[in-house]
Amino acid sequence: MVTETTQQSTTDSLDSVVIRFAGDSGDGIQLVGNKFAESTALFGDDLSTFPDYPAEIRAPIGTTYGVSAYQINFGPSEILTAGDEPDVLVALNPAALKVNQEQLREGGTLLIDTGAFTEKNIKKAGYENHPLSDKALDSVNLIELDITKLTMDAVSEVGLSKKEGLRCKNVWTLGLILWMFGRSRKSVADWIETKFAKKPEIVEANLRALNAGHAYGETTELGAGLKQYTLDKSEPETGLYRTITGSEAAAWGLYAGAELSNLELFLGSYPITPASNILHQLATMTDYGIVNFQAEDEIAAICSAIGAAYAGNLGVTTSSGPGVALKTEAIGLAVSAELPLVIVNVQRGGPSTGLPTKAEQSDLHQAVFGRNGDTPLPVVSASTPADCFDVAIEASRLATKYMTPVIMLMDGTLGNSSEPWKIPDFDSYEPFPVTHRKEPEGYHPFLRDPETLARNWAVPGTPGLEHRIGGLEKDYDSGNISYDAANHQRMTDARHDKVNGIRKDIPKQDVCLGAEKGKLAVVGWGSTYGAIHKGVEQLRQKGLDVSHIHLRHIWPLPENLEDLLKGYDKVIVPELNAGQLTTLLRAQYLLPVEGVNKVTGQPFKVSEIVEAAHQALEN
Amino acid sequence: MNMISPPEELNAKDFASDQEVRWCPGCGDYAILKTMQKTLPEIGARPENTVFVSGIGCSSRFPYYMSTYGFHTIHGRAPAIASGVKLSNPELDVWIITGDGDGLSIGGNHMLHVLRRNVNVQVLLFNNEIYGLTKGQYSPTSKPGLRTPSSPLGSIDSPISPCAFALGANARFVARAIDIAHKPLSSVLKRAHAHKGASFVEIFQNCVVFNDQTFSDFTDKKTGADNQIHVEHGTPLTWGKDNQYGLLIKPGTLELQKVTIGEDGVTESDILVHDETNRTMATMLAAMEGPDFPVALGVLFCDPGTPYEEAVRAVPKAPGKNVKQLLASGKTWTVD
Repeated sequence: MVTETTQQSTTDSLDSVVIRFAGDSGDGIQLVGNKFAESTALFGDDLSTFPDYPAEIRAPIGTTYGVSAYQINFGPSEILTAGDEPDVLVALNPAALKVNQEQLREGGTLLIDTGAFTEKNIKKAGYENHPLSDKALDSVNLIELDITKLTMDAVSEVGLSKKEGLRCKNVWTLGLILWMFGRSRKSVADWIETKFAKKPEIVEANLRALNAGHAYGETTELGAGLKQYTLDKSEPETGLYRTITGSEAAAWGLYAGAELSNLELFLGSYPITPASNILHQLATMTDYGIVNFQAEDEIAAICSAIGAAYAGNLGVTTSSGPGVALKTEAIGLAVSAELPLVIVNVQRGGPSTGLPTKAEQSDLHQAVFGRNGDTPLPVVSASTPADCFDVAIEASRLATKYMTPVIMLMDGTLGNSSEPWKIPDFDSYEPFPVTHRKEPEGYHPFLRDPETLARNWAVPGTPGLEHRIGGLEKDYDSGNISYDAANHQRMTDARHDKVNGIRKDIPKQDVCLGAEKGKLAVVGWGSTYGAIHKGVEQLRQKGLDVSHIHLRHIWPLPENLEDLLKGYDKVIVPELNAGQLTTLLRAQYLLPVEGVNKVTGQPFKVSEIVEAAHQALEN
Repeated sequence: MNMISPPEELNAKDFASDQEVRWCPGCGDYAILKTMQKTLPEIGARPENTVFVSGIGCSSRFPYYMSTYGFHTIHGRAPAIASGVKLSNPELDVWIITGDGDGLSIGGNHMLHVLRRNVNVQVLLFNNEIYGLTKGQYSPTSKPGLRTPSSPLGSIDSPISPCAFALGANARFVARAIDIAHKPLSSVLKRAHAHKGASFVEIFQNCVVFNDQTFSDFTDKKTGADNQIHVEHGTPLTWGKDNQYGLLIKPGTLELQKVTIGEDGVTESDILVHDETNRTMATMLAAMEGPDFPVALGVLFCDPGTPYEEAVRAVPKAPGKNVKQLLASGKTWTVD
């Protein structure tokens, strides 16, 4: 819970604070959010962020559908979600207020830029009456500042145009918020100086705005409203830290997978929201020996990665649901030709183009089942931004060890959110070096390892191992084309057995919070980790018998999962879809697991998990 | 000390696989396969360094019959897969085998991009103006009016010219040959192989079952000579049984004109000389068709540029760059 202190009293201790920055998509809201997150991470707090922006790059100014928001939850304790309700809402225009007002916690602080609350903007946001006359605002701590004017005053001497001057509004606001929470301006100032190095007047204006916003908090005495918040000093584990987004962690994890497998990383990708950031990240890393190829379309992207795999590299393609749909036939080819490949799906709302910038977990069935033919492949899923690093490594390991495409599921929330990350000791990661076959004696392309059932991997350039592969069915014993009935049965069985055999090679499913049997298990996967974990934590603090189980391996499922789930009276499965893991678990185990489903494009709130668990316990 | 012995001389048999060839009897693909198997040893190719990538269709079975590396992929996508192979290992000699349906219908997009990027591969498009493997439907190169199971009243589609497409896509090597004409096909394959960058070769390939004789106007051994011209860089554009015809630019226009040497005061020195580095000329040559003009064969265009894989790999791996270094790079902080 947040308490507020006056400027002088700084002794009250806070657990965590949720701030939501909101404004027009051209207001630089994501930037303010990112920079605040960086300062907060450097301060030593744990944090979790949720960038919530429209699909349009610059929607008409002042409209509700052009509102961009960035939510951050931070504090000295363990932070696992971006927070249910903002304690502080910054609304830089009426539309931003309209879209976000309901989310503000009762008694929370609302900071608005009165300069942007012009009659025209109020009308454009769809208000009939002046929004500040709304009775609902009586219960909030309203701070009205003419940020527009204060910013213009601060930058007036630099000699920018009015338009350029107004662009500093976000940085002025950031200065004020940094003051409110006692965060340093240094990392922001450094960033401004580097970013605009070639435009000294822009540097000057932004620094002035930043300092003016900060000074405003320091020097202005307001009768009501503006207060400084103090949080406990956190005591994180010792070590080297950085902030990381899920996209960065995934990109780095893929590169780490290549290093651990001793292969070159080849990325074939096509831009798609919200997956493009992985492509962007790897595109900056050509001097790490990564081959980065922006293909002409989704199909070419995966096909180039398949070509790379055929040539002996770690082929990777990154996309989102609609793009993965286009890649489906090629995934089938990789299954049939038994080539290693990592396909990253940063899920978004569907169907079709759906909600490009919003998070959903509705591609689970697509990943596990969505292909023609009996076409099994392993599916893994990341739970937190930092977890994307480890899961990308796991996907690379399974792909190369079992000669199979692997789908790694993420979602837009994971990809864009950031968190402080204690940098792992990379020496502690077990390498899984690949040996390409060189020995011609006894070779045929579909010769299998008796244990893993993976076929041997011979690459072009190797004398004596010339061979032909493709998407036609192959003879089990020679690899030549075969339409033989019994052979197709045998090959289909072999492909299933290979993927099912991975069960033996993945960790047993653990219970990440709570007892290994009991009244209720809450089973999740993906980015819902934080909300479920916090929810279960709260329930357990109240003495309720609830456990949290979170899956990394979606297919095949861990060997012990069935017995584990049978140890609970009830199992509920919260998912941001219409019940896909629920269906999978029911089908696999004939267990009456129940779904808790939400598809609003927004993540679960902790309170929703708590409520669902209460309901399950009562019924 | 190991002495590297020179590789033994190879012959056509060394490039033939042990698989039974399963095209229809009389299919033009047999002739192309034979020419390829004979040509590869002549250009010093090694089976282990040679990769044939194909899509789906009759022509795309080609890799199975070569004793090299081969990848029979999915419909239309061979250029994308081959791009991945070449970018991953630029040392490999990569050939793409495709057809008019595979390469210009379902795979038209990839064809465009592999050509304009200039990936150093050889694209052989077997054009038979028909879908053979699916039993005879009209293709994007079928002549208008062609009656097929899917166009019982005759095709109403306007066909595309593969070479015009390739030139429009900024291909830097565009050539043409006829399936059964071993020598010219072999020499075009050699030129395509020698070219650094994407080479596009259209091979007129006769489908004996579904579209027999569609090219006979200019491929017929008896009458074809008057209807085909073999272009050669720096040589006058003449043809005919007695080399009696020639091309020149019609005065006052940007059009080709067919003339007869010795008639109307035309002498051999008036005839246009082929310049294979001239894209406009290549485009005009590619567009020629009967009955007024001959069909142009040979290397229509060749103007090398930087191969794509060289540009992609221009930045070498920097020393000291690895995961450990990456993890500690950028903005970090220490908690003591």
